[in-house]
Amino acid sequence: MSDRFAAEGQRYPRSVRLRASWVALKTIAFKETNRYLRIWIQTLVPPAITMTLYFVIFGALIGERIGPMGGYSYMEYIAPGIIMLAIITNSYNNVVSSFFGAKFQRHIEELLVSPMPNLVILTGYVVGGVGRGLCVGAIVTVIALMFTSLPIHNWAITLSVVVLTATLFSIGGVINAIYAQKFDDIAIIPTFVLTPLTYLGGVFYSISLLPEFWQAVSLANPILYMVNAFRFGILGSADVNIVFSYVMMIAFIIGLGGFALYLLRRGTGLRS
Amino acid sequence: MTALVVTDLTKTYRNGRTALNHIDLSVDAGAFFGLLGPNGAGKSTLIGIVATLVTKSGGQVQVFGHDLDRDPWAVKSSLGLVPQEFNFNTFDTVEQIVLNQAGFYGIPRRIAHIRAEHYLQSLGLWERRKSISRTLSGGMKRRLLIARALMHEPRLLILDEPTAGVDIELRRSMWDFLRHINAQGTTIILTTHYLEEAESLCRDIAIIDEGRIIEHTNVKALLQRLSTQAYLLDVEHLPESLPQLPDFSLRRIDGATLEAEVPRGRPLTELFAVLAQNGISVTSMRNKSNRLEELFVRMLGNKERGKEKEKEENS
Repeated sequence: MSDRFAAEGQRYPRSVRLRASWVALKTIAFKETNRYLRIWIQTLVPPAITMTLYFVIFGALIGERIGPMGGYSYMEYIAPGIIMLAIITNSYNNVVSSFFGAKFQRHIEELLVSPMPNLVILTGYVVGGVGRGLCVGAIVTVIALMFTSLPIHNWAITLSVVVLTATLFSIGGVINAIYAQKFDDIAIIPTFVLTPLTYLGGVFYSISLLPEFWQAVSLANPILYMVNAFRFGILGSADVNIVFSYVMMIAFIIGLGGFALYLLRRGTGLRS
Repeated sequence: MTALVVTDLTKTYRNGRTALNHIDLSVDAGAFFGLLGPNGAGKSTLIGIVATLVTKSGGQVQVFGHDLDRDPWAVKSSLGLVPQEFNFNTFDTVEQIVLNQAGFYGIPRRIAHIRAEHYLQSLGLWERRKSISRTLSGGMKRRLLIARALMHEPRLLILDEPTAGVDIELRRSMWDFLRHINAQGTTIILTTHYLEEAESLCRDIAIIDEGRIIEHTNVKALLQRLSTQAYLLDVEHLPESLPQLPDFSLRRIDGATLEAEVPRGRPLTELFAVLAQNGISVTSMRNKSNRLEELFVRMLGNKERGKEKEKEENS
């Protein structure tokens, strides 16, 4: 048995650690993916129903009376925003509920006592969140295609914005779950921060409709940049600069990712 | 070679409570070591620090020569933990729990399947491998914790009250299993409230109280300190009132069992002769196995009395 272990005081070779970390990452990613697929009635069906209602009510019924927006039919205009709304809420909710559930049931300790690095724990949960975000995004896109056409102006921008946004909000979900002490705490950020920012982030309207002051206020909303970058990928038009949107998303991912790793290393909310 | 070396270990929680007060402890490789102490003594805190679930306030921990601060990867790889409370995902199956655990330690899936079968078979859980973990009985859940902790085949296995709430038959089978893996080379550290368990399994023990190690010795050496030996006697015709014997202390356990305390070094034939004179015939006898409990109670009792005395003197 002893030949599997490093000699006293010796470090394990880097190759051994990397191989073990890769196996650990696959394990968490598979476990997280399996979790949201196993409970698909709770994770994949509700956003499909909600978003269908958005398309029917705002797109088909009210949208026809609103007329074109930004040079597109209202249905075409809101479709990218509604897809993005689904991706943001689902990637966030997937991670926050799974990570907090693990904390609440204390099986997070399985990860904490194992030798896997914190980066692997974070990445594993993010893979789960991004996976659910992409699944829900794909479902909502199929529903959108029943109501309107989505020309896809630029595939690379469309897909990269989806992945970056889902990554960012998955990391946000981890941070929320680390701080949460009860189930109420995992609903506060989605209800009081994410939902208002998303609805005011240009999902249903162009900020050019707003008075100058509120346009300036809207530009401080990071979700506006993600929604518009995605809309640019699909329709080819946006209210904001696309390069700046990418810079902001990447900066947020690095900043929040670094903060999440710091919290995991300190053991905030996880170790006594 | 030492499996665990703890030096000057201190833990003070945020509320100001000091759970560990400059503890030094070492456990030899291959040992079956018992960590005993009353509730709140600091046992679980000590285990939590070694397993990295609790952050230490000061001191050092080394596992097989690997320092916890400098090389946590090596420490964690060498260590298996069976916690006091069930901490697995209650929505996962038994098989998923052990396979995932292996994955977290970097064990490839193919090997993990082989080990899962081996440990689940050994612990009598193989037939229930597809069961959702929350549907298991308490004893099965305890065994699942052990199987999970062994999936990466650690050199040091720490069990925090593994047989709490487990019936006697199952407890004995778990003891046999633990003895078996200890004989194969796995160092075991066990905390338990059942002192009979520690006496039966452990070669060495440490007693911890109020965050300090008050005793760290060999079980046999500790038991030598008892000035009397206790025996359980199965007897015939136990009279209503027990005879008063000047040198032996007798206690009725039930209608056919008598507990006798015999001064160390005193021939047992004297006891039998005195009992026979009083019309009590002994049909069989055995050692009372929870002698450690007596010693433990005495040690903690002496300590309490010492404190009271100190208080009186100060006032």
